[in-house]
Formats: sequence, structure tokens, C-alpha cells
Amino acid sequence: MIKVEIKNLYKIFGKGPNNAMEMIKNGYSKNTILKKTGNGVGINNASFKVKDGEIFVVMGLSGSGKSTLIRCINRLIEPTSGDIYIDGQNIVNCSKDELLSIRRQKIAMVFQNFALLPHRTVAENVAFGLEIQKFSLEERLKKANEMLELVGLKDYGESLPSQLSGGMQQRVGLARALATNPDILLMDEAFSALDPLIRKEMQNELLKLQDKMKKTIIFITHDLDEALKLGDRIAVMKDGVIVQIDTPEGILQNPADDYVKEFIQDVNRTKVVTASSIMKTPDSIITSKDGARVAVRKMKEVGISSIFVMDKEHKLQGIITIDDAVKLLKENINKIDEVIDKNIYTVTPDTLIEDILPLFMSTKYPIVVTDEENKILGIIVKASALAGILGEEGKNV
Amino acid sequence: MYRIPLGDYVEKIIAWMTDKLAPLFDIVRNILLTIVESIETGLTIVPSYIMIVIIALLLWKFRNRELAIFSVIGMLVIESIGLWDETMLTLSLVVTATMIALIIGLPLGVWMSRSNKVNNVVRPILDFMQTMPAFVYLIPAVYFFNLGPVPGVFATVIFAMPPVVRLTSLGIRQVPKDVIESSLAFGSTSKQLLTKVQIPLAMPTILAGLNQTIMLSLSMVVISAMIGAKGLGEVVLNGIQRMQVGQGFEGGLAVVILAMLLDRITQGFGDSKPNLETN
Repeated sequence: MIKVEIKNLYKIFGKGPNNAMEMIKNGYSKNTILKKTGNGVGINNASFKVKDGEIFVVMGLSGSGKSTLIRCINRLIEPTSGDIYIDGQNIVNCSKDELLSIRRQKIAMVFQNFALLPHRTVAENVAFGLEIQKFSLEERLKKANEMLELVGLKDYGESLPSQLSGGMQQRVGLARALATNPDILLMDEAFSALDPLIRKEMQNELLKLQDKMKKTIIFITHDLDEALKLGDRIAVMKDGVIVQIDTPEGILQNPADDYVKEFIQDVNRTKVVTASSIMKTPDSIITSKDGARVAVRKMKEVGISSIFVMDKEHKLQGIITIDDAVKLLKENINKIDEVIDKNIYTVTPDTLIEDILPLFMSTKYPIVVTDEENKILGIIVKASALAGILGEEGKNV
Repeated sequence: MYRIPLGDYVEKIIAWMTDKLAPLFDIVRNILLTIVESIETGLTIVPSYIMIVIIALLLWKFRNRELAIFSVIGMLVIESIGLWDETMLTLSLVVTATMIALIIGLPLGVWMSRSNKVNNVVRPILDFMQTMPAFVYLIPAVYFFNLGPVPGVFATVIFAMPPVVRLTSLGIRQVPKDVIESSLAFGSTSKQLLTKVQIPLAMPTILAGLNQTIMLSLSMVVISAMIGAKGLGEVVLNGIQRMQVGQGFEGGLAVVILAMLLDRITQGFGDSKPNLETN
């Protein structure tokens, strides 16, 4: 189900955006428009859909318009043109009251620098959204304590934000956002102000919470590793334009342009690329009914030193080496059952390269990718695993 | 070169106002007079020694021991040079002027913080109020309100109100943008934003403005005395006019002690513990 849909969204900063809009549509660049009209282009024709329960990451460098984009979704910034649908309702034209109730009940936001109220205790901060909605003090505190427990700050309700570390303050920010039980979480560089270690911890925590809660999360970041780790899908933004929307793996394997390529060049691909995208179909394969003679011939044909054996249902049986096959031929035995080596590694299609690489340390055979029924989907040789790590450059290997 | 008869215009306007707006000024005068007199009665109805004890105990409880001790010494000095009643009268003038300055100044400051247009209009007016020599508007004040404490309060409000307006506006404008955004993102109305976020966060700055307003009110007591406001200003003024240096000094010392006490008390507001109650 589609939870949030953005359609042809534009944001022009400055007075009298009509000229600038005209120029954008005629394809002028952001800089030319700024020079000619004095208007800044925040968002240029952004469209995307976010599914219910999805983590949708918007990634881009500073100035790419990602913060503007997220603020349009709860109209902290008014879009210049375009539509924003939340649960099918277009919120661009909705009344002030409707907007208030959407902000109060449907969407909550987590900020880069936490944006807590320094004069209120942690619990009062968490309860802020409920206070705005005039819940009773009792309900507010009950809910606040529940949320604090959820984010692991049970005993800090009476502290002031300034007494907590950055990571803890952002947990408060998260608890505050969750307290109103919104369907949609907007997270604006939520972990960017934290130290690397704490950031990682918070990312894991968010994923853990998300497993339980299944919110629709729109997460803004400039950090590719964070995007790859959290995102079900990633939108890459540049100069207000969304240049690519894809899964983390899709972005890595098929970057849409040089900008995206540059973005992903330093990424640790072993944590993202999976078996399915580096496996290849085996050059040749035999069934267990084939004899040693067929095995030897097939291996010679494609020039390999071992060949996988499957049964008639395509289920993996094992592997047989050329040496063993030749030995059988010399002894005039055609049945190969005896020499099939069942000692091979199999992985599922979504196994990360990170987890595949160590397997090569203890086997001389390729690694087989199988489905749940042990049917062969493909094989991975050392070279293709390495190519997967190198990405683009690896394609020439 | 043509000389603009600006002064003539002003005189005409003042004359017109004195004439036509007299009923309005009478109402204002009566209200202010009642306020000043009731505060004065309230302050002097309690015998001075009991008052000293009450104030010292309150300061001890809500501030610190040093301030309580200082207040006792200061107030005993005032009492022992026989200026207690005059001090209470001056205090009632200061309190009245400060109250009016707050009633007008706070909303004005909030308004200024929200609109650049209002800000651009009000700022030069505030400059005018602060730098125009007080004697210039003292005379029209007497036209409007006759002699007595009321024109004194009027002149004091004009002179002392700008800081509370400026600092209220400044304090609200200084509230971090992301805090504002977060409170809007959770669905605050603009009233909720103001009362739950902007004013609480601006409070230290607003209180600094209040403190300045009180100090400036005190600096007007002698000038107010020239148009018939009684109290410590009158003591000082008489001392000067009759060349009685000693009497002038006594009155001046009482003003200083009152100023220091009020300053220390109101300065404390700003750094007091944040309000831990919800709401």
C-alpha cells in the first residue's frame, strides 16, 4: 500500500516564483535561474511513492534539497507546486485544521540537532506532542514513560536534556516522535550529529524498533553507508532533482549517472552486495544419472576442473572433480555416485559478500547459490566475488 | 532657506490634544493615581520593621542568605535616616511605571518579533523614547495630567519601556529555529508555540529587559519630582534647591539602596531554576 506519494513537487525560494518556475520547466540550471531571477531552486520536479512500512532514504550532499523535501511533507515549508498525498489525501491544499491534525496524529519528525526544549524535563519533552493535543497530565506521563522505556531511557524522565549525552538526547527525540503514535516518521539527518559509534548503535536500534513497529520512515542523510544500511529504497538527490530511486543494491550495481557513481565509489560493498547479484549460471552441469564419461567430456568442453552434479529435479547433489572422473574412467566405472563430493558450501541469494568471502578460505570449489528447495540458482567463483566488491571497475576484470 | 516651523506644529498638536482629549486624560489620570496610591498604601500599612523582616525572610527562602542580610542592612539604613515613607512612595511609582511598561511592552515586543514591518516601525519610536531628553516631554505631560505623580509615571514609562520591548523581541527571535520547527511539526498552534516554547525560552532575556526597565524607572525619580511626584526624588530635589548637600546625599543614598535591592532581586529571576511543572 502506498503511504506517501509525492507528485511533481517544486519548491522555489524567494519572491515571485513564476518566472523561475517557467525557467525550470524550460530546463535552465539552478545557477542560471538564481542569477536571472534571484530565486533559489529547492526542489525540482520530485516524484516518488513510499510504501507502508518502508524505510525510504533520501540521500544527497548539503544543498541538494533533501531537507527542503522532507519539510514539504509536513508543510513546514510550503511547496511551490505539486501534490503530496498522505494515505491518498492531498495535503497541499488542506485546511489549517486538517494540517494541524495531520501533524498531530499522522506524521512526527526527528531533528538533526534534537531540537528538545531545554527548559523541560525529558519526560515533558517526550509528552510534548500529547500536551499540544490536550491529553491529561496523567495520560501524558504514562505514555512518556512507556516511550522512554522503549528507547532505553527509563530512569531519565526527570533529567533535563542538557544533562544527557547527544545519543541519549536523540533517543528522547525519537521517543517524542513515537509518543503520538504516528504512521509516518520524518527523520532529518537524525543521526548525523552523533559520534560514529553512537550513530551505528542508533541505526541498529532504529532497525530493531522498526521490526516491531512497522512505521513508514522517510530518512534524510548525506551518509551513504547509513543510507545503504537503513534504506529499503534510496532516492539520490542533486540540485533539487531526484537522480535515482532504487534499492541499495540497485544503486550500487547500476548507478544512474556520474554523480551517483562518485557517491558510491568509496562504499564498503561487501556489506550491501548480495549473492544474487554476483552469481552466474554455471558453465556446465551434469545430472547424477550422467556417467563419468559425460562428466569428463563436459568439463573438457568448457575447460573447468570440477563440475556440479544435480538430480533430475535440479536439486544440488554435490561436485565431482576432473581427477576423480578420469580415475573412474581408467577403472572403467561409469557410475559417479561414489566420488561425488558433497562437501560444498551453499548460500541463499540474499547472503552478503561479507559473509561469502570467508567461505572461500576453506573450499577450493565455487560456492553454490540455492533456493529453499536446494535447487541451484547459480554459482559464485572467487573472481566474481572480488568483482562484486570492486563494483564498476570490477566489470573489466 | 525655508525654515520648517516644526516647533509650531508640535505646539499646535499638543494644544489640540490638551483641549480635545482632556476627558480621556482625566480617566487615565484617575486610574494611574488610584494605582499609585493603593500600592503606596499597601506598602506603608505594614510597620517598617515588620516589612523588613518579611522581605528578608522571603529573600532568604527564595534567593540566598547574603541577599537577605544585605536587604536588612540596606532597609535599616533607609529607616534610620528617616526616609522609609518616601522610599515606599518612590517604590510605588516605580512599580506602577514598570507594570504599565510591561503591559504595553510585552505584547509589543512579541508583535515586533513576529513581523519585520512592525519591527521597522517600532524601532525608531523606541530610539526616540530613549534618547529624547526627558524634559521635552515633561511639560506636555503636565499639560495632560496636571502636577503630581501621574505625569511622573507617564514620563517614566516613556523613558523606561524600550528595554523590555527590545529584549522581549530579541529573546523571541533568538529561540533556535529547529526548536520552533519541532514544535510546529508536532502540531502546535501559533498560540501554543508562543506560550509553550517561545516565551519560556526567551524568558531570561525578557527578564533582563524587565531589570533594565526597573533600573531606568529609578533613574527618573528626581526628574519626576520636578513635576510634583513626591518621594525620594523630592528629597533630593529639595536638597539641591536649598543647597543642603547632606539632605541630597541621604535621598540619593536611599535611591541607590533601593536600586541595588531591586536589581539583585530581579536579576535572580533569570537564573532561577527552570520550571519543572508541566504546562
